[in-house]
Amino acid sequence: MFDYIFLVPLIPLLGFIFNGLLIGRVPRPLISLVGCLTVGVSFILSVFLFFALKSLPAEARFIEQVLFSWIPAGSFQVDVAFLLDPLSAVMILVVSGVGFLIHVYSVGYMHSDPGYGRYFAFLNLFTFSMLTLVLANNFLLMFVGWEGVGLCSYLLIGFWFEKKSASDAGKKAFIVNRIGDFGFLLGMFLIFWQVGSLHFDTVMKTAPLVFTAGGGLITAACILLFVGAIGKSAQIPLYVWLPDAMEGPTPVSALIHAATMVTAGVYMIARTHDLYLMAPDALMVVAVIGAATAFFAATIGLAQNDIKRVLAYSTVSQLGYMFLACGVASFAAGIFHLMTHAFFKALLFLGAGSVIHAMSAEQNMRKMGGLKKYLPITYPTMLVATLAIAGIPGFSGFFSKDEILWKSFSSHYGHPFLWVIGFVTAGLTAFYMFRLIYLTFHGQERMDDKTRHHLHESPRTMTVPLVILAVLSVVGGWVGMPHLFGVTNYFEHWMEPVMTPGYNASEGPLLASGGSDTGMEILLMVLSVGLVLAAIYAARYYYQKNIQAATALREKLSGLNKLLVNKYYVDEIYGAVIVRPVVYGSIFLWKVVDVVLIDGLANGLATIARDMAEVLRHMQSGQVRRYATLFVTGVLLVIAYFVFG
Amino acid sequence: MTDYVSILSIDLSLVAPELVLLAAAALILLFIPLRKMVFLAPVIAALAFILSFYLAVGQWHYSGSGFAGLVTCDSFGVMFKLIFLLASFLSLLIARRFFVIKGIDKPEFYALLLFSVIGMMVMANTVDLVVMFLGLEIMSIPLYVMAAFNRRSLESNEAGIKYFIMGAFASAFLLMGIAFIYGAAETTDFRRIVADFSYIVANYRIYLYAGTALILVGFGFKVAIVPFHTWVPDVYQGAPTPVTGFFSVAPKAAGFAVMLRIFLYGFERIELLADIFWVLAVLTMTVGNIMALRQDNVKRMLAYSSIAHAGYIMIALVVGGSEAISAAMFYLVAYTFFNIGAFAVVTILETRSGCKSDFVELAGIGKATPYLSAVLALFMFALAGFPPTVGFFGKFYLFSAAVKAGYIWLAVIGVMNSFVSVYYYLRVIKTSYMDPYEGQPAVVKLVPSIFLVLIITAVGTLGLGFFPQKLLELSQAALFAFL
Repeated sequence: MFDYIFLVPLIPLLGFIFNGLLIGRVPRPLISLVGCLTVGVSFILSVFLFFALKSLPAEARFIEQVLFSWIPAGSFQVDVAFLLDPLSAVMILVVSGVGFLIHVYSVGYMHSDPGYGRYFAFLNLFTFSMLTLVLANNFLLMFVGWEGVGLCSYLLIGFWFEKKSASDAGKKAFIVNRIGDFGFLLGMFLIFWQVGSLHFDTVMKTAPLVFTAGGGLITAACILLFVGAIGKSAQIPLYVWLPDAMEGPTPVSALIHAATMVTAGVYMIARTHDLYLMAPDALMVVAVIGAATAFFAATIGLAQNDIKRVLAYSTVSQLGYMFLACGVASFAAGIFHLMTHAFFKALLFLGAGSVIHAMSAEQNMRKMGGLKKYLPITYPTMLVATLAIAGIPGFSGFFSKDEILWKSFSSHYGHPFLWVIGFVTAGLTAFYMFRLIYLTFHGQERMDDKTRHHLHESPRTMTVPLVILAVLSVVGGWVGMPHLFGVTNYFEHWMEPVMTPGYNASEGPLLASGGSDTGMEILLMVLSVGLVLAAIYAARYYYQKNIQAATALREKLSGLNKLLVNKYYVDEIYGAVIVRPVVYGSIFLWKVVDVVLIDGLANGLATIARDMAEVLRHMQSGQVRRYATLFVTGVLLVIAYFVFG
Repeated sequence: MTDYVSILSIDLSLVAPELVLLAAAALILLFIPLRKMVFLAPVIAALAFILSFYLAVGQWHYSGSGFAGLVTCDSFGVMFKLIFLLASFLSLLIARRFFVIKGIDKPEFYALLLFSVIGMMVMANTVDLVVMFLGLEIMSIPLYVMAAFNRRSLESNEAGIKYFIMGAFASAFLLMGIAFIYGAAETTDFRRIVADFSYIVANYRIYLYAGTALILVGFGFKVAIVPFHTWVPDVYQGAPTPVTGFFSVAPKAAGFAVMLRIFLYGFERIELLADIFWVLAVLTMTVGNIMALRQDNVKRMLAYSSIAHAGYIMIALVVGGSEAISAAMFYLVAYTFFNIGAFAVVTILETRSGCKSDFVELAGIGKATPYLSAVLALFMFALAGFPPTVGFFGKFYLFSAAVKAGYIWLAVIGVMNSFVSVYYYLRVIKTSYMDPYEGQPAVVKLVPSIFLVLIITAVGTLGLGFFPQKLLELSQAALFAFL
């Protein structure tokens, strides 16, 4: 079975090649069939691989498949090789599973788009890159996938490139990501310099011998890698591209900018957690940035009116939770939240897509309202997802978020203050998500007549994925129930072989110390559920029952509201502090350094080369006797060199 | 190869691949009077190449010597046989269509092609100077005719005549050199020259060195070392394009096979050689690249580019040692793919009426034939040495062999030359995609045979760029018997 690991990323690549080469030459049904089927087959393979891995004893769940030696250059050896272990198994299931549903959904959503073939080609290429990223067994191949998903993200954000805002958003995403990628690269260089390998297993095993725990080098390496994660996973200060990325088609937002690609940073930290455990300072940075982003993005989410932007900020905020989990060395919890988030956030985006589809491309929630009766499938599924993200007990988000909150309080690396931020954010999340539900589906119908006339539930290809994701949003969390419910936490147990025993040992006493902690855990859980319920009630009060109260509140807090609506003016600040100086600096470099110095030098060299060519050309006259003369001269010189040299 | 045929203790299996080609050539010549059977000529030739390839693969790791020591079969020679066969098979596929369109499809061409390949194989599979010379002539004489094959074209005739005159000129020097060596060593067999080397140097130094110099000149002419390169631009431009593609690869590989054997095995202990090759390599790559900058004709540009590439491969002659030689073989295989591929595209484009392969005629093909111009771009990137094409690894292995042997400056000059070459290779891409053009550029028709060539060369160029390891191992294994 494990011989087929390489097929998991390869099959979507074949789909990309097929759809990419034959753009405009194959009928749409064939495009859809190839596009969806390749990812579907990949998913089925992933399921088989998962069970094959599960049938092995826990300590043997580490399968490497070396396809070929990629760069053999002296001591620098990199293979194209895949690693299947409990962590990557979960990731390929999520990527190909959620990916497959979103491919199917796209068939309905994109049905009338002229770029249909191009869309599916890119989407398949994305799936290939993402699967390569999570299956890679070394940093460099992971980086290939990392750049590949970045490229696809750029291409798909700017999918409607004739729209300036879309192509600008694509460029913004790409440029901001470059900053992060640069950090990743530097981190990679540092690791190779110190360890002499980029192979994950070798690096993790050798690192303790090379680095001093808590030392400057290891901390620098981890922070540099984290800079990469910050860019890809949209954390402070590089989160600014993600909200703009909503210019892309909605299924793209669901797949790339919510469920999979943006979680690559979290995956990368989980994959390299052995390094982070040697650098407590770096872990603290991860935790603080994660918590701060969670809170900060949630506050912006409170005041957005574009349905996709609310979800975008919510994604940034939820990613913050995942980093918070990683930062308190609770990597399994971070991955667990990554998984549940993939379900409910993909569902939220797809639901939002269905709403936008019904609303004739209107995204402003203020012009919606009362859609509940028009969208009998979209509404309940989105409600399920909202309950999940808000953290209502029984839904998947509850288990994963609660585990993060508890770990941020109780872990050796945690701190009550981190818990407080996570706790408040949970309340904010519940509030803005239910604000979205109430504004969209409840209350008065605020759309114009033409739009109302067009309102319709989406086709099957779109609603079936919604229903499946809704089921997953509920049951997806049941595999990771907390210990105090008296059941096994299957997810944590599954992850144990990857997450080193050392980490569990340090965690052990805290968990094992019994009564008082269990009491504390229950207390914190009750507190957060209480806060969430209160937030939902408040949202209901302001946005369903008493919309004037919301207006009044907005006016009362107009300063704060303005600040939030304008997203703390971060884009403007970046524009003034970074972009403009860079632009002016670039103009200087262009007009002075480039045109005068470099072009002068290069053109000078070119002129010399050209003049030389002109001289030599005269020797190439086409006359054989001249050729013979030159020939004989050469012969004499060579003989002279031999005889007298 | 246990069931070899043996007549009077002559081991015919040593030359089985050559014999197949010879039989095919004879068959084609017999068919000539039967005008209705003419269409069979290229088929027979192609089948002969395939069969010969198969037999040559069978000779891998089979080392032996026969015909009174005149023929030596080793993996090094087999590797080159495979290169010749690959190059000529691909050229054959390109040529057929081109000749039909140009109205010069004569069966004699295929016989000539087969004969010249036999000559190359003879050259690569001997350690005797006289046999090398014999092979060189068997190879060269058909080449002269092939260059002039387009009888009605003045340029083609001129190419043939020029090639012939200069070739004869060079052969004279070569023969003189062989005579000097024989005078000094009383043998032309390198095994004995190597064995008696100290004695020869001590007593006949001047003859040995003069002979070496003249041999260098004679074979240097074939691989177009500057200043013995002057025939190349005129011949390459004048000869029919598929023939040019063949010229740029196969005879060059044959020349290098012989030179690697002579100078890194036979005369390995002449220290002066490294210095003189250093100068000639630098001269060759620099002149080739600089001249290529100003060409307005793509074929002529590719002619100079092939001179520059010979310069890169000569790094192996400077450096010596197994790593450099295997790098040179790697480069020759890689070069076979992307250079023949480039000529295949040029050939197709030239099938448009009135086309002379000038740069301006490339304008607009990016729109008119997107796939064709895409592969053309791929080959240009490979020629320029960009990753992930095999062109990158070819240069990388050569230059790194130079660096490891301490020839830092040689590698630096090589890299700088590569930079220069980027200009004119990218100019092809720029012209085909970006230059303005008037009207609708004529759409060219792809025929299956040329399509097959493009597939093979493009897959080779990219595939070996992604998986260079296998080919590198193969070229290293080929040296097993050589050193």
